[in-house]
Order: sequence, then C-alpha cells, then structure tokens
Amino acid sequence: MKLQTILATKGTKVFTIRPEQQVKEAINMLVEHNIGALVVVDEDSRPIGIISERDVIHVAAHNDKVLAQMIGEVMTKKLITCTAHDDIHAVAQTMTDRRIRHLPIVEDGKLVGILSIGDVVKAQLQEYQGTIHNLQTQAQADPDK
Amino acid sequence: MTQPGTETYPLRVAIIGSGPAAFYAADHLLKQPGLVVNVDMFDRLPTPYGLVRAGVAPDHQKIKSVTKIFDHVAANPCFRFFGLVEYGKDISLDDLEQHYHQILFATGAQTDRRMGIPGEDLIGSHAATSFVAWYNGHPDFRDYEFDLTQERVAVVGVGNVAMDVARILSLTPAELAATDIADYALEALSKSRVKEVYLLGRRGPAQAAFTNPEIKELGDLAGAEVHILPEEAELDPLSKADLEASKDRTTIKKVEIIQSYAHEKPRTKPRTLYLRFLVSPVELIGNAAGHVTALRLVKNVLYATEAGTLSPKPTDHFEELPVGMVFRSVGYRGVALPGIPFNERWGVILNQKGRVLDPDTQQPLTGIYTSGWIKRGPSGVIGTNKPDSVETVACMLEDLAQGAYIHTAQHPEDRIEQLVRTRQPHYVSYADWKQLDAAELSQGQVQGRPRVKYTSVAEMLKALGR
Repeated sequence: MKLQTILATKGTKVFTIRPEQQVKEAINMLVEHNIGALVVVDEDSRPIGIISERDVIHVAAHNDKVLAQMIGEVMTKKLITCTAHDDIHAVAQTMTDRRIRHLPIVEDGKLVGILSIGDVVKAQLQEYQGTIHNLQTQAQADPDK
Repeated sequence: MTQPGTETYPLRVAIIGSGPAAFYAADHLLKQPGLVVNVDMFDRLPTPYGLVRAGVAPDHQKIKSVTKIFDHVAANPCFRFFGLVEYGKDISLDDLEQHYHQILFATGAQTDRRMGIPGEDLIGSHAATSFVAWYNGHPDFRDYEFDLTQERVAVVGVGNVAMDVARILSLTPAELAATDIADYALEALSKSRVKEVYLLGRRGPAQAAFTNPEIKELGDLAGAEVHILPEEAELDPLSKADLEASKDRTTIKKVEIIQSYAHEKPRTKPRTLYLRFLVSPVELIGNAAGHVTALRLVKNVLYATEAGTLSPKPTDHFEELPVGMVFRSVGYRGVALPGIPFNERWGVILNQKGRVLDPDTQQPLTGIYTSGWIKRGPSGVIGTNKPDSVETVACMLEDLAQGAYIHTAQHPEDRIEQLVRTRQPHYVSYADWKQLDAAELSQGQVQGRPRVKYTSVAEMLKALGR
C-alpha cells in the first residue's frame, strides 16, 4: 500500500508555521487543530523543519522561557521527508527505527501532507481487518464453490 | 424539526454504487441500534456487486461468496436497490438532496492509469481493466475485441489485476469452462493462440504486489509453465538487507515461491508464463499498420528513498521484447462525478475520513459522504472496504447527532420511486436482480458452471419481461 491511500482521506490542508514565529503560536495551533506537529516552511512554502510536541517539551525541560522562543531555534532541522509513492510498510519501519512520529509528504518539492504514526497504524489496522474479513468470508463459503 | 432516525421519521440515505464499499456502508447503517434508516442504493448497471461481479476473476469463485453477505443486507425491508439508474444522467445531486438526509458516493475507481510512454495508443495496446471487464461480461465492454491470434503477450504490472489477466490468458479451455466467464470470452479464449505471456514488474521479487496464493496458483495451471530468470529471482543487496532486518515471513515465503520457479525444467505444457523483475517499459514499438510488435524495456536497479522505500531507478541497459499485444495494469483511478469535489492529484473524491469537502473552505459539505476506492484510491482487498465504510458511517452518525444533515422536506409519502420510474421506467429492483441471478445460476447448472452471465442490458430486461 502506498502513502497516497492515507493522504487521499485527509483533505488537502496542511498546517504550517514560519521559523520566525513564536513557540506559543505553535502550541496554540497544535491545540486548536488537535495535531501533534507542524511543518516549518520558508517564504517559498518549502519545508525546512518540523516542530512537534516533543520538540517543545525537550526545550521546556531546561528553559522556562520556551514559549517566547522562535520556532527556528526549537524545531527539528534535520528533516526527513517522504513521497506519496512510498510504501506504508517501509515508512512504518523507518518511523519505528528512527523514532519519528511525523513525516512531511513532499511532491515535486511542494508540501502536500503530513503523515503521523497514528495514520500509519490506522492504515495497517484497516489492511489487517480487511484481510481477516476476507478470510472469514471465504472460510464460511460453501467448500464446493 | 425532529431529527430523522425514528419510526415516524426515518433517516433517508442514498448510496451511489453497489460494490463492496456500498454494501458494507448500508450494512453498518442498518445495524445501528435505535436508528431507523431507509437505505436506497443506486447503480448504473442493472446488476449489483460492483467489482465482485465485474472485476474478481471468474476462476476465483470463493472470493465471490462475499455476495451472500450483500444479499443478507439487501433482504432488510428498509433497503431498496435501484439498478440501471445512473447518477448524473437519470438522477442528479439536486434530486437526491431533495429526498435524502445523507448521500454516500461509493462509485469505485472506474478507469485505469496510463503508462505515459510513446506508442501507448498503438493497436494491440489495452488497459488490463478493459480485458477484465470484457471477460467478466460487463455490458459496457462486451463488444471490445482482443486479438488472441497473437502468440506473445505482455502484461505490465504485477498486482492482482495483472496476475488475473496473465492467468486467464494461460488457462486451458477446460479450466475456463468451469468458471462463470462470459460466454463470448470463453469462446474467444478457447481459440486463443497465445503461447507466451510476460508479466513485467518494475521492482524485485520482494516488492511484488501479488499475494502468495496468487503466485502459488500459477504453478498449478494445467496448460502453462511458470518461468523466471534465475538472475532476476535473486534478491539485490538492499532487498536482502531489508528482509533480514524485517524478518517479514510473508515476504520471505513469497521470495521462496518465486525462486522455486527459477529452476530450469523441461517444458511440457503448451504455454509459458514468464515472470520478469526489475524492468520497465519505455516504449511500445509498432509496424507500419500501427500494430504493436514489441515492447522496449529498460532494466532497473533499486535504491532506498529517504523514508526507506526501495524504488526502481532506470539503468542504461535496454532490451526489446517482441510481443503482439500489451495490457497495462499500473493502477486504477476514480472518475469525477457531477457536482462532487474531486481531488485530481489522488484521483479520488475530495474528502476527510469520508466527509466530502468543499474545495475552497476545506470544510465538509453537509450530508455528502464517500467510501471505498473513490474515497481512498485503489488499495486493499474486498474486506478492506468494511473498516473503510465503517469509518465513513461513523462520521455520518456523528454529523446526524450534531444536526448536520440535509434538511430535506418531510415527504408525506416516499416520492423517490415515482421519480426514478419517470426517469428510468426500466429500473431494476433487488427482487428483479434475484430473478436474473436465479436464471444465471440455473443456466450455469445446465452447463456444469457456477453461472452463465447475462452480458447485455437488453438481455437482462428481456429476461425480466420488459
């Protein structure tokens, strides 16, 4: 299964933030939209980093003034991206191995979506449920047919 | 106004399409405790079941047994089927919005993806899906012609559709006669001169999309031998490392089955099915008359993307494969429906978890939903549509509870049947379909086959005495 299956049911809206904005604004957006990460983009809307709940907590642990800091100082700069053509299973393996919870999805240099580990788990669960349902249906079928 | 969903004021839902996603959605809706719901299902064909009837291979009857579940759903007195009623032609969104509180589109992925290479429109180059619809007796495809005098045929892709096409081309007349393949296809394929079928995968054995039972059954064909080049059956270093790390038992088994075909053995069967890996077509070559004569292939190598997928990359090694017919099977795509926002990039209805979205605001359109392949794209098995439709129905119920449904007028009587009858006097009910079904089954019994299908709308209407 390809990532585009996941993207297809997520609409086209991706929440982004600029590096010069404050962490407080990021937190507000995360809470407002009930999401776990924001993609940080430059003036040409190209992804340059990602800021997640975890990034904020890591900084907050030793810095009380984190809310006023700029996103660019707190974000994860070493960005790993994927495309809609990547395989779900390969991406799941990568996310698990490298302990990544969110991956921006890029097509032709443009940000087209964000993949969360929850999306991956949901897709895999659906795949397994579907296979089980198929097997159950066939097992109950008339053995002569 | 009281909220719909009660004995006196049932929730009215229209479902467009009658394939697995449509039936699973209807089933889940009708099973809601305390909710009284009337489900009307529309299909442009007189027959229900979508790809279970027109897509699943005729020699895979067991997979088709899922229709028993669908029949059980249809037996609910709150369910109606309106076959031969086409959305956008016989019935519009406006009509539906006047009669239903919620409308669900489950029309599937009706068209194929093109390869986008030169020569794709030469005579003898076809979409695999057209061939599938043809041999399955889909009324829109019964008049298609495939030149089965060709001895060498290529099938581009190694997904389940590609496997079906290659297998159907390789079955003996006796094997085909035991299926519910369309009569005309049975006759044409019985005279087929096809000797060699080439299945072409752009990646390696570990990435092949077919399932283990699908590859295994190729080895059991009465009239065809499977052949794989030993060097193409070997895993490249990246795939090998990947498999060692993941220890994925299904893939390990798949590779083992593939490699078991790579041992040279004497040819005793009249046909050979060649399974090729790490090749992509770059051009279809034709003769002066515009017929396909060969496929130009490029050899690929695999590389790992940033996210870990092993993807193909072309090398500078090319070869020419002489073939007289080519079937492309590189994916399906949904078709946009009148009045329904479409996401061109993914070939699906623009949606979030099954709620259809307004393209400008990205907010849900009240009362409009989608499920199945037109919602998520062509992926998974028939059963995958169940959790998919359950997700959509969960959104429908949530919205209903919030009062977000189409506030249609409370009709004192149900006027939809009257409207359908005006637009399509020959519409086919589920009882009509069961009559056709019984006739097909009984005809099949006479011939010792699962069923003999009606393949034209005129035949079906005639059988119904119209």
